[in-house]
Amino acid sequence: MKPIRLVIVAVGGQGNLLASSVLGEAALLAGVEVKMSEIHGMAQRGGVVESAIVFGDAKSTIISNGEADVLLGFEPSETLRALGKCNGNTVVITNLSPLPPFTVAIGRGVYPDIENVQGLIRSKVSRLVAFDAQALAKEAGNVLAVNMVLLGALIQAGIVPVSADHVRTAIKTRTKQEFLESNQKAFELGFAAAGQAL
Amino acid sequence: MHKLLSKDTGSQVLLLGNEAIARGAIEAGVRIASTYPGTPSSEISNNLFQVSQESDLYFQFSTNEKVALEVAAAAANSGVRSLAIMKHVGVNVAADALMTLAYVGVKGGLVIISADDPYMFSSQNEQDNRYYGKLSGLPILEPSSVAEAKEMIIEAFNISEALKEPVIFRTTTRINHSTGIVELKDITPPVLKGDFVKDPFNYVTVPAVSRKLHVKLLENIKKAESLSDNSPYNRISGSGSFGIVTNGVSFGYVSDALNDLDIKDKIKVFRVGFSHPMPREKILSFLKDLEKVLIVEEGEPYMEETIKAFAQEAGLTLSIRGKAENLFSRLYEFDPGTVRKVIADYFDIPYSPPETVDLSDIPEIPARPPNLCAGCSHRATFYEVKKAAEGTDTVCPTDIGCYTLGFLPPLSMGDFLICMGSSVGSGCGFSAVTDKKVISFIGDSTFFHAGIPGLINAVFNNHNLTLVILDNGTTAMTGHQPNPGVDMAALQFGGFGKVSIEQMVKACGVQHVEIIEPYKVKKSISAIKEALDFEGVSVVISREACALFAKGFKKKPSRAFHVSGKCKNHKDCINELACPAFFIDGEEVKIDPVQCTGCAVCAQVCPENAILPVKEA
Ligand code: SF4
Repeated sequence: MKPIRLVIVAVGGQGNLLASSVLGEAALLAGVEVKMSEIHGMAQRGGVVESAIVFGDAKSTIISNGEADVLLGFEPSETLRALGKCNGNTVVITNLSPLPPFTVAIGRGVYPDIENVQGLIRSKVSRLVAFDAQALAKEAGNVLAVNMVLLGALIQAGIVPVSADHVRTAIKTRTKQEFLESNQKAFELGFAAAGQAL
Repeated sequence: MHKLLSKDTGSQVLLLGNEAIARGAIEAGVRIASTYPGTPSSEISNNLFQVSQESDLYFQFSTNEKVALEVAAAAANSGVRSLAIMKHVGVNVAADALMTLAYVGVKGGLVIISADDPYMFSSQNEQDNRYYGKLSGLPILEPSSVAEAKEMIIEAFNISEALKEPVIFRTTTRINHSTGIVELKDITPPVLKGDFVKDPFNYVTVPAVSRKLHVKLLENIKKAESLSDNSPYNRISGSGSFGIVTNGVSFGYVSDALNDLDIKDKIKVFRVGFSHPMPREKILSFLKDLEKVLIVEEGEPYMEETIKAFAQEAGLTLSIRGKAENLFSRLYEFDPGTVRKVIADYFDIPYSPPETVDLSDIPEIPARPPNLCAGCSHRATFYEVKKAAEGTDTVCPTDIGCYTLGFLPPLSMGDFLICMGSSVGSGCGFSAVTDKKVISFIGDSTFFHAGIPGLINAVFNNHNLTLVILDNGTTAMTGHQPNPGVDMAALQFGGFGKVSIEQMVKACGVQHVEIIEPYKVKKSISAIKEALDFEGVSVVISREACALFAKGFKKKPSRAFHVSGKCKNHKDCINELACPAFFIDGEEVKIDPVQCTGCAVCAQVCPENAILPVKEA
């Protein structure tokens, strides 16, 4: 299978490692070769966490600039920061709910305008799916389920070679019992939302 | 049951590189493992610690890497399989033991994991530990993938026993922190009981003994060279008149590049997995019919230098290149795109790089540096030291841990750092030659690891410095491992002792010791002032649990604080503490109740007393 390359960017604490492990598990279930790599040294201290997931026949576990087929952003300014990973054919899926870094609070930076961010991204890549994933996570009953909402949107976009059912099964095996219901709901809400956001 | 103890032989599971390495060691029948935690190696240890709670594995967090290696060396010389785990710079700490252990050798297999960190994702340098193979004479194995790492570590134990020498198993971050599909194999039950047979004329390295042992080591290197020549880990694939020699993760990038460029029939690839000693004969026969060769290796030109020397001895004159201005860099890590481009350039292969998006009109995005957690006790201590030292000309050597982040503004506490423990040793030097007041910062775990000799030095040589020990009861940075100061019984682990930092400090001869609770701001500032005023060596022990670690034990979350109507917008809280629980909403300062741990430090800093606990609903 021709490799499909997915980059996920998030802020520490947003749960992107769980999202990647669910995707990895789903690929294993689907019988698709998968490799992932992540940098999580300072994740718990509020830094940026980046994961690369490569599906299909490739040996590399990291993704070079301009080579992502999909960029999944958990936070709009981080999606923008990672745009160098994209090319003209990349599909970008992003949460629109901002988490301004602390540098903004202490006056060492200005948070970009969200409308402007969307316009910029849309003009450079093949498709942008952008929506407020945090609102849907709340609706699902768990603000921390932004990761599952975005997974739903990713699967709905149809580029990564795992089916929604494989992901549903993986969510069951990989998430804690107490969050299972809200995670499942969040996934379905994200899946539906991305269908509409096209 | 821990997932790494699964008996489900043949099943395919998704494992993190570090989990795969731990599983490989378990399958190999490892009896004892010792470590000092360090990224990117830490998850190997965390997993083995858990596994040791429910299996025959003996595991320990040692005070530092040197001790860890000594523990493993003794166990291996008592005949059991032993594993010492450390990050690349940890091998520097262990190097004294390593160099002479190579003379002495082992009986049971001993594998030393060196987790290198190209690009320095979480390290102070990116040294290439393959040179430790040359320096010590020990064999080095290097996997290229997560799945291979698990198989190769088993072989590392076998090679160690065949040669009766320790084997260095070298990984890089992209092996440790990559995830891949791994097939589980049978677990060999470990040999449980070791026995040490006295043989002082081979074990006690006085000069007369070592002169003999060095001869033995050189013989073993010869044997290792022949193992390397015949190793399945040093393998050739493809065909053609061009050649590439590569190792580690670069092998994956090379393989993908040859596919992408469609030149698999033009280029022969030599993947080196047994990299010390380098496989001389196999390399020479590889070079023989080639026109030109490219060496693809991250870090230093380790293979390049060796291969050039082999070629020179054999009178071969083909072009062998690797590190050069227009080829590969010695800096940072590689990536598939760079490797593809250099291969295409060097071998003159037509190639159009993927078009990246134009980033010229992207607005500046605010930086997101890592920050001490909300409620981190270090933030309070740094603030208090800063206040106590106001008006004094200071130099503040710092050390390695979460608290290194205190060097960032607005706290800006941290002026010099080179390695574990350097806060104290370098503090002695600053106090000797400058007129500044020296205030050194060190964490509890780092103090035990390498701070104590520096402190004794300060007392003996009568330096004028204040050492602030940030005692948060854990090794927080690497994922909350225990250290000798931790009350293990309180964490429900039996069978551990405990070393008191204050008794230790006093025993080192320190005359002035203050113990503070950093969440009590005023009291702490005045205690720190006293310590700073003391002529000579003084110590401040700032004791408060790591906020992130403590969160895991709290039954009920503490009460958060909020900014009340009394706020006059001085923003002292934000500008001086920079706790990430604060945010600005329009013009108003607010506190995120989810992040706030209720430490109340900001409430004591606010000049209007405007920060108050949230009323219970
Ligand atoms: S993990 Fe602990 S020590 Fe490290 S920044 Fe967070 S609260 Fe502070």
